[in-house]
Amino acid sequence: MTNTESSPANGGVIRLHEITKAFPGVIANNKVSLELHNAQVHCLLGENGAGKSTLISILAGLQLPDSGTISVDGTPVFIGSPRMAKRLGIGVVHQHSTLVPGLTVLENLMLGEPGFRKREKLAIQRLEELSDLLGARILPKTPAAELGLGQQQQVEIAKAMWTGTRLLILDEPTSMLTPSAIDALGESLTRLTARGLGVVLITHKLREAYKMGDCVTVLRGGRNVAHLSVERMATMDEDSARAEILRAMFGDELADMDDLSEAEEISGATVARREVSRIDFSSAPVKLRLDSVTTGARSMDASITDISLEIRAGEILGIAGIDGHGQTGLAEVVAGQQNAFRGVIELNGADITRLGVRGRQAAGVRYVTDDRLHEGTVANLPVSINLMLKRIGEAPFWRAGQIDKKAVNKEAERLIEEYTIRTPSPATRVGTLSGGNIQKVLLARELGEGSQVVVVNKPTAGLDLKTVRMVHDVLRDFAAGGGSVLLISTEMDELIQLSHRIAVISRGSIVGMVPNDGPDTAERVGAFMIGGAEDGAA
Amino acid sequence: MSQLLTHTFITAFIVAWLAGAMPLMLAAVGETIGEQSGVLNLGIEGTMLVGGYFSYVAALHTHSLWLGMLAGGIMGALLTSVLVILSVWFGLNQIVIGIAVTLLGGGTTAVLFYSNYSQSTPRVPPATWNIPGLSDIPILGKSVFNQHGIFWVSILLMVVVSWLLTRTNWGLSVKAAGQKPLSLDAAGGSVMRTRSEAELLAGFFGGLGGAYLALIATSAFTPFMTAGLGYIAIIVTMLSRGKIYLVAIVALIYGLSVASGTVLQLTALNVPTDLISMLPYLVVMAMLLVFARSVYIPPALAAPYTRGAR
Repeated sequence: MTNTESSPANGGVIRLHEITKAFPGVIANNKVSLELHNAQVHCLLGENGAGKSTLISILAGLQLPDSGTISVDGTPVFIGSPRMAKRLGIGVVHQHSTLVPGLTVLENLMLGEPGFRKREKLAIQRLEELSDLLGARILPKTPAAELGLGQQQQVEIAKAMWTGTRLLILDEPTSMLTPSAIDALGESLTRLTARGLGVVLITHKLREAYKMGDCVTVLRGGRNVAHLSVERMATMDEDSARAEILRAMFGDELADMDDLSEAEEISGATVARREVSRIDFSSAPVKLRLDSVTTGARSMDASITDISLEIRAGEILGIAGIDGHGQTGLAEVVAGQQNAFRGVIELNGADITRLGVRGRQAAGVRYVTDDRLHEGTVANLPVSINLMLKRIGEAPFWRAGQIDKKAVNKEAERLIEEYTIRTPSPATRVGTLSGGNIQKVLLARELGEGSQVVVVNKPTAGLDLKTVRMVHDVLRDFAAGGGSVLLISTEMDELIQLSHRIAVISRGSIVGMVPNDGPDTAERVGAFMIGGAEDGAA
Repeated sequence: MSQLLTHTFITAFIVAWLAGAMPLMLAAVGETIGEQSGVLNLGIEGTMLVGGYFSYVAALHTHSLWLGMLAGGIMGALLTSVLVILSVWFGLNQIVIGIAVTLLGGGTTAVLFYSNYSQSTPRVPPATWNIPGLSDIPILGKSVFNQHGIFWVSILLMVVVSWLLTRTNWGLSVKAAGQKPLSLDAAGGSVMRTRSEAELLAGFFGGLGGAYLALIATSAFTPFMTAGLGYIAIIVTMLSRGKIYLVAIVALIYGLSVASGTVLQLTALNVPTDLISMLPYLVVMAMLLVFARSVYIPPALAAPYTRGAR
């Protein structure tokens, strides 16, 4: 039953017809129709919030459409659960890893298998078959938590294909991959389509869509706004295809942008590169220094070991690494939310290791958390109070323990204007704002008065491209004004666009430091990231 | 002190040791199954009392310790189905429901006991198995190899649980449900079903623990006789990180402290009985302090699962 030799016929097609799915306040999919053919790579392009993920959840059986039909080879089907999707041969590699970190590779693959006893021998055999097909060697007994990023992805693909899939869906598979790992992924996909498998590749990066896709569909605002068929893709050259896709992706908004190149840049159509030439920071004063800082936290994400680094005035230091490898620990230990078990943290040469969150805040160390909704804001409090959250009790907003609402509102209105936060009023509950505006509230709070060093953790995750751009500009301006930024991100492009240097974190330690000074930065960062694992994917 | 070393004494010590350890071991094995699947069962104290009471009733009526144990296990699972329905299916807070189950189990069994047995307080006659050959070994023969068959079946059941958790696809699903339920769902498994099965099995073992306490260890039921043993089982579970053999070891250490207390009472040493009855709890607290850093709690423990909610 683990055999794939039910090789899908080349003419097979999965047809989605006028799929509509609404969530409270937003129509995620509005009459979307798609045809997914076997032996083709079908690229699904669109911004965050365009409805790509919803469409995929529907195909994967995680969501039910409000209306519309799905048919496989002409037969209408109902996909009510992931199990039914699997039975139809639809395998999904989700954007967020679905590997259970505490289980081994083999156990992860066997999860959900029918039968009572584990059949390890059969599973190992099947894994070997798939390894050949993917062109990667995967050790079956490795705990999933110890896999490198490329390997993790190969295991995810193997898992999606475990029961003989006819359609493989990859949701944003490339965000943290290096160019060569992306090439390797492309090769794997070519091998799979050669065997007759259909592939859906979801991405917001245009250049990948063009490179890997046989045909392209563009979603915007939940609608299917453009489709480039296989035949058209073949006749178009790269530039005209790109122009057409960009027009579809941004529509009227394109007119607001200066020219096409801006749209290209924010849609990742071009290879990300920091345009700033090398700046010599050696004369700039060191703002923040960490000297062999170790924390004692239990979870891998929250603990760091022996980290030493320096950030100078005006510098943006990027932290690259697989999600969950100590990024949170590093951010929290700098912000003062976690104690350093060993080591020293200095701000402008003064020891701040023993200062708490409040003390560091006052000294100018700020932290923009990646958990905007819970750690970063209090959803039920108004925007104005959320903007003041870290200055509670301070004059002139509080006098003799009493809040001065006028002063608070005045300051809030100033920040709302400065950061173009779209909110009906300062009294609106922050939880009702969109993700992008909540992020602006956080940035306004942390980058204001007296800020010297700011730690930003995944600052653009889940935001639309315009807000992403705004966040990037804010961070660049902050650094240009003499501030220092510790930028933690899982988006390689973002790191390269913003950072002056990029440090790679793995298992809670800094394993490499790469100056961002050439087109091969991504490769060098990637080499350090893969270094953590014994067998890279590339 | 020489009396400590007589054969009869050591035999009695080992018997007390096992009697102290086994109820905890069974209950903690149950709690382990549940927690591995991501369900925190704070109702286990009540489950044990219900298991204990109904095993006692069943054993008195049927004159069979075996049927008594079975009744205890089944009633334990039945009481736990409250937690399964309210917390696993409907996503209500596991802590609140767990405490309610404990109160429910303790209160009901106390009322039932007082109305039915408080005048007569019958005892369940103890029984033992002699294993030919082994039972003639000095000391061990009269202690370890002189236990009732239920002792051996309990051990066997724990081995079976260990096998289930490590060697079957079901065990894999249980672990995934406790660590990353979304993964199990995406892989085509059912989080609800896995957790329900695991928790019912947990309730069965909790009931067995109470039944063992009532029928084998003390030969009678008294209201609130567990005196916090269920909570200790929760601690043992968290210390054992999902490994059944560790559950057994920690429970044996607890049993040792119970037996030592008995010994201290019998010696000429003038130790206040209050201190002696504190001893097992002190041991548990000490273990918790020493091993607090290695306590493992499944990441999704006590978090209800809803598909599509992120």
